[in-house]
Amino acid sequence: MYPSRFHYEAPRTLDEAFEAIQAYGDEAKILAGGMSLIPLIKLRFAAPACIVDINNIPGLDYHEEEGGSLRIGALCRHRTLERSSLLRNNYPVMYATAPLIADPMVRNRGTLVGSICHADPQGDWASVMLSLGGEIIARNAEGRERTIPVSEFVVGPFQNSLQTGEIAVAARVPAAQGTRNGTYLKLERRVGDFATVGVAINLEMSGGTVNRAGIALTGVGSNNIKCTSAEQALAGKSLNASTIDQAARLAAEASEPKSDVRGSAEYKRHIVYTFVQRGLSSREARAA
Amino acid sequence: MEERRINVVVNGEPKSVDVEPRILLAHFLREVLGLTGTHIGCDTTNCGVCTVLVDGLPMKSCTMFAVMTDGHEVTTVEGLGMPSELHPIQQGFREEHGLQCGFCTPGMMLASKAILDENPNPTEEEVRWGLAGNLCRCTGYQNIVKAVLWAAEKMRSEGGAYVLGGRSRR
Repeated sequence: MYPSRFHYEAPRTLDEAFEAIQAYGDEAKILAGGMSLIPLIKLRFAAPACIVDINNIPGLDYHEEEGGSLRIGALCRHRTLERSSLLRNNYPVMYATAPLIADPMVRNRGTLVGSICHADPQGDWASVMLSLGGEIIARNAEGRERTIPVSEFVVGPFQNSLQTGEIAVAARVPAAQGTRNGTYLKLERRVGDFATVGVAINLEMSGGTVNRAGIALTGVGSNNIKCTSAEQALAGKSLNASTIDQAARLAAEASEPKSDVRGSAEYKRHIVYTFVQRGLSSREARAA
Repeated sequence: MEERRINVVVNGEPKSVDVEPRILLAHFLREVLGLTGTHIGCDTTNCGVCTVLVDGLPMKSCTMFAVMTDGHEVTTVEGLGMPSELHPIQQGFREEHGLQCGFCTPGMMLASKAILDENPNPTEEEVRWGLAGNLCRCTGYQNIVKAVLWAAEKMRSEGGAYVLGGRSRR
């Protein structure tokens, strides 16, 4: 369908973006990649009065480590993360996820921060960020920054906790407790589909012992699910058949899949178990 | 009715046009510029028949507003080559029978160009991954992949960069 009419702003600085938002409040939507927003507008599920296109604001397309933590700017595209040697070397769960987002063309435009703000329960990045203990950094017109854990940022399907007048300017991954290992496993009916089931596994280990585990699920709940029980069952332990089986069972129990065109609830729960077990047993997880 | 002036280079030609912000890039190319080689297939951002290159990267023109290309370069299939001077990718689709109805073909060829720009010697698997955003109902993809590999070999053997031919119609 044709989108309905909207006022369009293309600010060149964040200050100009805030000015644009001030005028329209909740009726303004930020446009970055547009790979989630524009499909909604085309189907008229969303009809914002004002679209604030931030693609012309310089200095937002970075991803870099500072002080041991990783910061990803609002305009960092999936494509960049897919090709990042920093992610390949230090953030294996993210490096495994990036090529599985949608398809190459969506990856050329879409952004990680935008994906998390969109809060689609079938979005992969939010699970990844939950497994990493990631955060969103929101800024307001006065320049005040608020750091929000992703677990508190995504509050419901397609709902985030940004306040009126705030723009998400970056995502942040805190420093690891040990060596980071992990992977992302995604079952999709065809390449480019949303996940039937997605499992993010982040392990932070010292000499074979898990200091911190992060396990999060995509597509099997009203939002991405952080498997706290499974994570706690692994903390302080080493990875063996028994601990892996226990974590996988706890993760499957934490999932809330619904039967739909992608599969039955029982099938999806079985996939959660299988993927957690596979992910924890994989070479990526074990590599010291 | 709010309109914005956009300045966009399409197939090497600068265009300066007033458009409503809500007009999709695909509609702008087809209906305002008359470049109907870019097709519209699905309305759900799935199929990729609307693929164009923006600053050399393949994007779904049905999921962009034309205003987002202000200050950028867009290449459509008309800019890939013309019958008098086919781009090697177009030659490959002819040589290897890479199309039947042809509806997905412009998008496939532009996506293929982007694959070969980044990786002049792709494996079959790399071609398939690179075309993951382009659906075809006719061919089963086999000959499309062969067409791209044919073009890759032709471009490698002839060496040098190809200057894109073609022109915009209006």
